[in-house]
Amino acid sequence: MPVEVRIPTMLRSAAGGSSVVTVDGATIGEVLDELGRRFPALAGQVVTEDGSLHRFVNVYLNDDDIRYLAKLDTKVGEGDTVSILPAVAGGA
Amino acid sequence: MLVIDWTVHAEMVAHCFDGLPLEACGLLGGTVTGADAQASVCYPTANLAASARVYTVDPKGHLRADRDAEARGLSVLGVFHSHTHTAAYPSPTDVAQAPDPDWHYVLVSLADGAPVVRSYRIVAGRVSEEPVVRTTR
Repeated sequence: MPVEVRIPTMLRSAAGGSSVVTVDGATIGEVLDELGRRFPALAGQVVTEDGSLHRFVNVYLNDDDIRYLAKLDTKVGEGDTVSILPAVAGGA
Repeated sequence: MLVIDWTVHAEMVAHCFDGLPLEACGLLGGTVTGADAQASVCYPTANLAASARVYTVDPKGHLRADRDAEARGLSVLGVFHSHTHTAAYPSPTDVAQAPDPDWHYVLVSLADGAPVVRSYRIVAGRVSEEPVVRTTR
């Protein structure tokens, strides 16, 4: 199932300069795996080596943070948009 | 250099005061020209950490800001947050967690009552201050 993946500016150089990439997959995990195969430089920056979502990024299916859905097992369908954004945090 | 539209400056500082006694945070949208940027939209967001010492930009607020900026032909160019009791300088955590080397990192210190707004670039752990210019009404 082809879905659109929106790449944040800080990861675009790792994605060949693209801001939007169309990727096949039935779940968010599959989509991100395929994205990582296509852009190896991107692979470790979104999903960790043990296969969980990196804590420095947030991934959304349409309007929803996938941490509040089924995380990487969240199913995707045609016409869905997956967005990746950096997690923004700090403090003393 | 970071130019901040006076309305954005006012909204940002107001959001920081509103957040007291906790840290407040938000994103800035605008245009980027090389190392310089002009912030023309303020996106106040919730601080999910709900803390006086740390902040986490609400991811849903970030997504909304990102979409709105794109719809306006702008980009999210940086983040602001308040320091309630310390100077307007990035803390070690701010530096360690700075997500994007292209961003402008704005600190609003409320430690002295009157707000102090300063901006920094944070690239590979190195902090450099940049001038902040507020537009006039």
